[in-house]
Amino acid sequence: MRMRDLIFVGAALSALVQPAYAKTIQVAPGAGAQERLQEALIAAEPGDIVELQAGRFALTDGLSLDVDRVTVKGQGGLETTLDFSGQQGAGEGLLVTSDDVVLREFAVENSKGDGIKSKGADRIVYHKLRVEWTGGPKATNGAYGIYPVESKDVLIDSVLVRGASDAGIYVGQSRNIIVRNSTAVENVAGIEIENSFDADVYDNIAAHNTGGILVFDLPNLPQMGGHNVRIFGNIIVDNMTQNFAPKGNIVANVPTGTGIMVMANRKVEIFDNVIGENGTTNIMVVGYRFPYEDTKYDPLPRDVVIWDNQHSRAGWAPQFRGGTEIAAAMGGSFPAIFWDGAGGADLRPIIQDDVMALSLGLTDPKAETTSAQPVPLARSASRPASLPAIILPESMEAIVR
Amino acid sequence: MRLLLPLLAIFAAAVASSAATDNISEAAITDAANPAKLSDFGFFNGSAAKPSDRLIPYELRTPLFSDYATKQRSIYLPAGATVSADTNGRLIFPVGTALIKSFGYPAASGGLDVIETRVLLHKASGWVALPYVWRADGSDADLRVGGKRVPVTFAHDGASSSISYSVPNKNQCKQCHSVANDIMPIGPVWQNMEFPRKSDKQRIAKMVPAFAQLQPFARWDASDDANLDQRAKQYLKVNCGHCHAPKGSASNSGLFLDGSAQDAAALGIGKRPVAAGRASGDLDFIIAPGKPDRSILIKRMESTDPGVAMPELGRSTVHKEGAALLRDWIAAMPAKTH
Repeated sequence: MRMRDLIFVGAALSALVQPAYAKTIQVAPGAGAQERLQEALIAAEPGDIVELQAGRFALTDGLSLDVDRVTVKGQGGLETTLDFSGQQGAGEGLLVTSDDVVLREFAVENSKGDGIKSKGADRIVYHKLRVEWTGGPKATNGAYGIYPVESKDVLIDSVLVRGASDAGIYVGQSRNIIVRNSTAVENVAGIEIENSFDADVYDNIAAHNTGGILVFDLPNLPQMGGHNVRIFGNIIVDNMTQNFAPKGNIVANVPTGTGIMVMANRKVEIFDNVIGENGTTNIMVVGYRFPYEDTKYDPLPRDVVIWDNQHSRAGWAPQFRGGTEIAAAMGGSFPAIFWDGAGGADLRPIIQDDVMALSLGLTDPKAETTSAQPVPLARSASRPASLPAIILPESMEAIVR
Repeated sequence: MRLLLPLLAIFAAAVASSAATDNISEAAITDAANPAKLSDFGFFNGSAAKPSDRLIPYELRTPLFSDYATKQRSIYLPAGATVSADTNGRLIFPVGTALIKSFGYPAASGGLDVIETRVLLHKASGWVALPYVWRADGSDADLRVGGKRVPVTFAHDGASSSISYSVPNKNQCKQCHSVANDIMPIGPVWQNMEFPRKSDKQRIAKMVPAFAQLQPFARWDASDDANLDQRAKQYLKVNCGHCHAPKGSASNSGLFLDGSAQDAAALGIGKRPVAAGRASGDLDFIIAPGKPDRSILIKRMESTDPGVAMPELGRSTVHKEGAALLRDWIAAMPAKTH
């Protein structure tokens, strides 16, 4: 056998044992988009890119991706739109259940349930996406816009969410999370971190929602004890959209005009934000006030630290029972920061902002707000050491650089 | 030449054994590549109405509701293979097993208009779920990994319904059939199974002697068979429990209807919704004891809106009889006094 043939055989052999090179699967809008796009998402192999061409994909059912290391990439949040206004089935527009997935540069419109959900999808990156219910705030809109749950390492960067009847960006029962550079408008909750551990929420805009940014912990869930959440460098203004959530949802209890709301979480830091024009209050720290049966659940907020936020007008129209009376007693306006008093003095938040702060004096979080015995909260002299910054795997950061 | 003769003998033996298995291709079941046509497996002799004799047909005492479709279920066990079971009666099948389920509606001419056949294939790497859609002439069915919608008109209770029947895509198969992200069969649990052929039942019972100790599960629609609570819980287990389980697709809800619930809240009683969104309507609890009209569970069962309806997949019609059972069950619960 000549040398040249040997080389040829060797190359052929190595082609057999090497995995195929990552490929790009192009999908265009037009007839049969539902089946063509879903088939591409199924046919994709780890490392592949499913590239959505520009235009409007008219979809009839939810889409799903269950292959690790796949990127779904459009031509931009205004250029490539997955249109679910004709959706007939499935609980969300796009469901991701695999790891190391990147979703970038496309839009999801008018899904019947949630917009994009990722469950048990570790190291997922949401980048430059638009999720929108185009009719604006309506109770008939889907619940969550961007919805990672039960995941480790979540990056949400430069997304826009509008119109969610629950939370625009919702991270649930996850850990190690960054939400940044994003915009949430005209949702009930702009951004919500729920039953999650270790989250940084920064450099976002939350405006014209009912509540701007929420940090919640709820009972009777597999992961409870939410803690270590930092909210900083955000602009949280004019969250005055009348609450349009269906009544049974927990966010239906968020008073219209709330900037930041912390409920039953531990170790939450709120600093360097610009917060204002929120008619109920700028920052609210409360316990979980509903009856529950769950011995493992702690309904009290603990170790909440607030400093260096820039406040403008707040509290001129508090939307909870007894709020108007308290505001009247205080000269017409509710304070920019309040704590319900849950758990008593030992659990009071540390506050170093130069604005009026109030305790409602309700040591039992289930007590009616109408029975409040408000007392001012003095500025704290010192605060504990800060939480460390969230660090995601470098491979995730590289994707959005 | 001397070497060739034994080889030929092996080849002949292989041909003989494949003939003995009624032309079912075990390679089609176990190979990594997924056959493009249902006929590649050899489960049917030319049409869905003619299953191979090698298939073991079975029925479920309480089945999953799928838009009033008629389902034909069967098991293909590799030649000489045996099954075992876990302590809950769930059958454990060897590699090479296939579970085959056809969906259709009664044809005007009698018989069944079969729309699709779903197969669960036990390969060495694990289970694989695939949907095959029958051609209009009924000659064969083609693999449709992306799923398909098929307009269907059927009669139920004297009334005619026209629906957009949804053949699930491959990922949707997994959504229901997933346990901790691996694909698993759902149906074959001994206590819920019936066998039209007595010999099949005896054969499997012989493989797993422990089955003799197990009591059959309730039939959801047979009030002389079990009490209301047993029937309702069995209905929930079969219709909801594959996702609403600690390792299922709806694990994050904390609502566990697979029989694992240790307290009332995990079963939905007095539990507030978590991620239901507008599906909660204006209701506060998944189950409000004594008040079916105030229970989100009933609201979602009685809806066909994709953002509200449960189960999320495979249902575009309300299961009136199932919803009625759960209404009765909730109405019979003592209302909580505060």
